[in-house]
Amino acid sequence: MSLLSLDQVTLRFGGVVAVNNVSLSVNEGEVFGLVGPNGAGKSTVFNLISRFYDPAEGSISFDGKNILKLGSDKVPSLGVARTFQNIELFEHATVLQNLLVGRHRHRKTNMLSEIFFTPAARKEERRHREAVEEVIDFLDLQPYRDKMIAGLPYGVRKVVELGRALASEPKLLLLDEPASGLSVEETQDMAYWIEDIQKQMGITVLMVEHDMGLVSSVCNRVLALNDGKELTTGTPAEVQSHPAVVEAYLGTDGISKT
Amino acid sequence: MDFIQLLASGLANGCVYGLIALGFVLIYKATEAVNFAQGDFMMLGAFICVGFANEDFLGWSFWTAVPLSIFFMSVFGYLFNWGVLRHMFGRSQTAIVILTIALGFILRFAAGTIWSHEPVSLETPYAGKDVSFGGVVLGIDEILGVIVTIILTISLFIFFSKTKLGLAMQAASQNQLAAYYMGIPVKRIQSMVWGLSGAVAAVAGILFASKGAIDPSAGLLGIKAFAAAAIGGFGSLPGALLGGLIIGIVEPLSSRYAPPGVSQIAPYAILLVVLIFRPGGIFSQTQKKKV
Amino acid sequence: MRFVFKTSYDADINWFKHKTQAFWYFVLFALMLALPLYFYFLSDAYLLGEITSVMIFAIAAMGLMLLTGHTGLPSLGHATFMAMGCYLNVIYLNLGVPWLLSFVLAGATAGAVGTLIALPVLRLHGVYLALATLAMSILTGDFIVILEPWTGGISGLAVPDISIFGWEVNKYANPYRFYYVVLIIAIVIIMAYRNVLRTPLGRSFTAVRDSEISAQAMGINLTVTKSSSFFLSATTAGLAGALFGHSAGYVTNETFDVVMSITLLMMIVIGGLGFIHGAFFGAVVFGIIPVAIANGRSLLSTSFDININIPGLENGMFAVILIAFILFEPMGLYGRWLKIRTYFELFPFYRKDMFRRQKAYLKTERVQ
Repeated sequence: MSLLSLDQVTLRFGGVVAVNNVSLSVNEGEVFGLVGPNGAGKSTVFNLISRFYDPAEGSISFDGKNILKLGSDKVPSLGVARTFQNIELFEHATVLQNLLVGRHRHRKTNMLSEIFFTPAARKEERRHREAVEEVIDFLDLQPYRDKMIAGLPYGVRKVVELGRALASEPKLLLLDEPASGLSVEETQDMAYWIEDIQKQMGITVLMVEHDMGLVSSVCNRVLALNDGKELTTGTPAEVQSHPAVVEAYLGTDGISKT
Repeated sequence: MDFIQLLASGLANGCVYGLIALGFVLIYKATEAVNFAQGDFMMLGAFICVGFANEDFLGWSFWTAVPLSIFFMSVFGYLFNWGVLRHMFGRSQTAIVILTIALGFILRFAAGTIWSHEPVSLETPYAGKDVSFGGVVLGIDEILGVIVTIILTISLFIFFSKTKLGLAMQAASQNQLAAYYMGIPVKRIQSMVWGLSGAVAAVAGILFASKGAIDPSAGLLGIKAFAAAAIGGFGSLPGALLGGLIIGIVEPLSSRYAPPGVSQIAPYAILLVVLIFRPGGIFSQTQKKKV
Repeated sequence: MRFVFKTSYDADINWFKHKTQAFWYFVLFALMLALPLYFYFLSDAYLLGEITSVMIFAIAAMGLMLLTGHTGLPSLGHATFMAMGCYLNVIYLNLGVPWLLSFVLAGATAGAVGTLIALPVLRLHGVYLALATLAMSILTGDFIVILEPWTGGISGLAVPDISIFGWEVNKYANPYRFYYVVLIIAIVIIMAYRNVLRTPLGRSFTAVRDSEISAQAMGINLTVTKSSSFFLSATTAGLAGALFGHSAGYVTNETFDVVMSITLLMMIVIGGLGFIHGAFFGAVVFGIIPVAIANGRSLLSTSFDININIPGLENGMFAVILIAFILFEPMGLYGRWLKIRTYFELFPFYRKDMFRRQKAYLKTERVQ
């Protein structure tokens, strides 16, 4: 059953068609990959799902609900969490605080109970901490939990961002290039985590990635984009060998030479 | 007749506001910083000129004092960026706002200590001379102010859109890193913009002090000029001038035709209305951050 | 260096990290409670009055800190909210409302009105917000004149005394009582502030400050969060304004001017943006400078027979200190204190770059 579906979505920036008539449907429980050369419109698709952009045409629905009617802060409350291509963490807060912000969609307390820190507020707070500590354990963030983001190395930040998304206990996780800039070992860790996220936590994953090794090892299905248009959808192996995809990456010359 | 007279004096005032606003916009356009002390730059420029030209101080010739004070203010602007602001590279706008506000306090204090807190006016060769156009009496100082402002704005506009240096300044403002990679000496260019802005402030100050008295707190006029710049949309030179003229004209007209109290409120009320309905000013040019 | 062995989630939730820390804050509290005794035996309460003023400004600075330091929204107009709190308090008192109720109501109304005013302004960013609030601050005096029937306009308004269930407090007749009233209110506000910071609300503030885009992606509504911050901030400033009114005894249209707004912002920058301590440190510096100048001046004139009388020296010095801080210690006095403390905790392993920020090039958000 499809959890997220985009139906003939088109987005234009002035004269540029960033996303052109793209349809995709992500099934519950799968890891779905979006690949394509730079500027193909992959991150734009993410930003459409996050409701940072309004599509010109088409519809986007999540869990059977039309999300185009919702504001960008309402989408996460349905259970959609995301990471960003150029890490967008809260720089002047600790790792722990960053993860706790991920819990915001589960906030049940209101301003008054928080100001007076009623017993109910404390109970809620303990619940948030418990959920966050689980994420910290899962991602091995223990050594960094009280460190400021501003001083952390790039690889760790990437993991913290994943952790912040996980802390919200999403149904759908959007990962924007989770392995970009990571070392071989770190990419390996990321692959294991994504597998665990899918298999143990039962979270559906939609990811944009350039590292084809990672894509073929974790993704069930892959959609290839170029110039905002869908090229093909299929298993990683199918997509990788599809002539249109090869052409998009290597140009027509690449085909004639191989 | 009364109306035209008010309009004319409002225009002359508006030119001073417009010039101060021009100084803000120059700096904002080129460095993305906002100089809340621009009004105080204007005040300082005026006082330096007073210090050179007035009989109570050095008493030099007016025509020596004017270029000298413009020169000193541009050196001051350059040095301020070179010595202080350059070390703020990459810091938040808020920090720069607070820094320049503090600079304004210091300039006010310094001017008060050197030239006293008493209002003085600049002694000019054309002081008190009038020209009459069919019943409308205009001071030479007012006419001169308008002419100087128009010339200055046009030449700045040409400078920014046509000359190599002007284009480099624009490039440095839009993406410091990219400009730096293209071989533009971003830091030196920013200092030069501050120098230019100091010079413009000095011109504004001289025009202001030759029209009436100036005292160290005159820098607070900068806030009205700020309103002018924001009305024009901060990034636009003609917009700044237009904003200045709007405020300059609204003030005398509202004090004449509207209930008392309105004329003080009007400039800021206009500012608030513009900010609320056109958050980026009349010539808006902001966009959402890309992720 | 202390290692806290955490055995429950409460270790991260509680106000104090460990018992020693709690102990030192308790000592500080006890000292503040006992302070009036010293002045009582000295039978000169002048300095106590100054300390009370510093605390009032610290409360106002806490209000601004929440908005600017924690939510990242600069405001150059917080004196406006102080004015609202002050005038509303007097108006309620003159209507016969008991002080406790009138005080709280004044703060809440200032907060509510402040939020109403702020709602359209909140769409603005950085400089534009600073400008809009600056304009608001400039207009305050004019509006007080326009609302003359209630505010007394230019001729001003006398502030009645505090009376809590028949317990009369007047700043001049009873500086000790006034000190305690302000102290207790300050402590209550600090506690509320700490509570906000350790719950989702406070975290959503810092999230909005650091990255609006990813705050939204975490399900935080920007308008709601910013206006909540504005409400709490304006309420706190309003409470401080009400206390300021009692401290001044008489307020006019010129009491809450732009300079006061700007001074508040300067205070929190000097104290350390983003730390509650910063509000207090900043207020203390602001309170010490005039005293130091007066003492220095009298020292010079008595021992060296040099008479210096430079008007505006206070503001000039304050500005110089501010610039020095922005350039050399962006984290303010509290940041300096943190560094010193870390130095001793880690001795001899402290490295100079432990608090270094990464420098980032600025990219414009404009299109052209």
